[in-house]
Amino acid sequence: MKKGEQLVSAEGIHVQWSGRLILEGVDLSVTAGEIVTLIGPNGAGKTTLVRIVLGLLRPDRGSVWQRPKLRIGYMPQRLQLSENMPLTVRRFLRLIPRVHLSGFDKVIREMGITHLLDNPMQSLSGGEHQRVLLARALMRAPDLLVLDEPVQGVDVAGQAELYRHIGRIRDFYGCGVLMVSHDLHLVMATTDQVMCINHHVCCVGHPESVSQHPAYLELFGRPVDDGLAFYTHRHDHICDEHDAVTEVGSGYVDG
Amino acid sequence: MDEFILRAAAAGVGVVLVAAPLGSFVVWRRMAYFGDTLAHSALLGVALGFLLDVNLHLAVVLIAALISLCLLALQRYRLLADDTLLGILAHSSLSVGLVVIAFQESLRVDLLGYLFGDILAVTPTDLWWIWGGGLLVGAALTAVWRPLLAITVHEELAQVEGVRVTLVRLVFMLMISLVIAISMKIVGVLLISSMMIIPAAAARHFSSTPEQMSLIAALVGALAVVAGLGASWYWDTPAGPSIVTASAVLFALSHLRSAAR
Repeated sequence: MKKGEQLVSAEGIHVQWSGRLILEGVDLSVTAGEIVTLIGPNGAGKTTLVRIVLGLLRPDRGSVWQRPKLRIGYMPQRLQLSENMPLTVRRFLRLIPRVHLSGFDKVIREMGITHLLDNPMQSLSGGEHQRVLLARALMRAPDLLVLDEPVQGVDVAGQAELYRHIGRIRDFYGCGVLMVSHDLHLVMATTDQVMCINHHVCCVGHPESVSQHPAYLELFGRPVDDGLAFYTHRHDHICDEHDAVTEVGSGYVDG
Repeated sequence: MDEFILRAAAAGVGVVLVAAPLGSFVVWRRMAYFGDTLAHSALLGVALGFLLDVNLHLAVVLIAALISLCLLALQRYRLLADDTLLGILAHSSLSVGLVVIAFQESLRVDLLGYLFGDILAVTPTDLWWIWGGGLLVGAALTAVWRPLLAITVHEELAQVEGVRVTLVRLVFMLMISLVIAISMKIVGVLLISSMMIIPAAAARHFSSTPEQMSLIAALVGALAVVAGLGASWYWDTPAGPSIVTASAVLFALSHLRSAAR
């Protein structure tokens, strides 16, 4: 896999659900070695777009292209496992078809979850749970990693650590990464491209460098290397729906 | 001991050996109410079986499979909340079944037997159905075990990893339909789903893997059948409800043990 090789692309994606427009004319592409972060308010269509890229959902209009024989490692949002299901971490990781055992040991060491293997899935903390999910995505030696809110339910220190892991994975495997972020302003520092969507693409750009941002310095008191960056939105048009969502008051959006 | 009680035990054990492992999946997938709905629809299958003069087991399997397909389709269009939909289907199919039976005047049907089971009247032909159907379900369950576990944990993750989710779900529904058909005679349509979920729930505290839980559930179920039949023999209580009561007692005991730990 060459750096910069096109892995997936979606063009002019339209999705409608019982009369409501979910996505309108959205373009997206991810190349090998690139990290793309999707941000946007709740209900903006981020997860729908991800499901289209994964091939789980067909858009009403628009086209999706995947490189032939593309292997996707998918990390869904937190699992909702029944308390009645006895399932250890090891068993969860082995549920995937066709895993090579050598790859298994390597991935669990990399993700630092060796000591968790015999614990029940339901007993994991937020950060442990996400590391285990990421490990499962890595088991397939993916060309493209798709991460749906990977740092959900993880404290700030854990978020930075998880982002560092993801950065290292990208550097090591040279895979493309498409992730959804739950935060409108705080994204992974090494993100190459941030896409803000709210049914349509509002803006696209680079995250600001972390170390220079005064708010970051105030928060952490020391520069760089924690893996988080601020994203400053530069909308070149008025995002009507964006504002409408603000009024409805998710309390989540202020940009 | 009389031959009929041995036949009853063979029938009951044959049913729970597959109903309990399958029931573990029903519990993990939070589909207890779904199983109940399919079980209720079995009475409609019985009614149509009489009406069209086809084998009752076959009619029940077909109707249950049809209802589960309807449910899949309705869920896809998100017409109603799932539990509402299940409630509507469960009770309307049960009622339609009762009405259809009432219309067939020439027919003398032992309704109580179908509603609560008539395990002591199990015939050798019934035994063939139970063990044949049970073996079929056992083989199918073994074949789809891993993909079924994978979609139980997360359907979309499994799909991205290459599991044929729709096919596996379909097989799962067909297995449940078949189990309902063969267990109707044992505990009756109103109690069938209890033979799936109570042994599984009782096994939870003693197991640390899905396989363990299914095997222990099968053992608990078999124990409940023997205990229930024994109680029915000594105290002349209705056999089906006695079996369910026995499994409920075993479930309560399993909780005592986990509380003591």
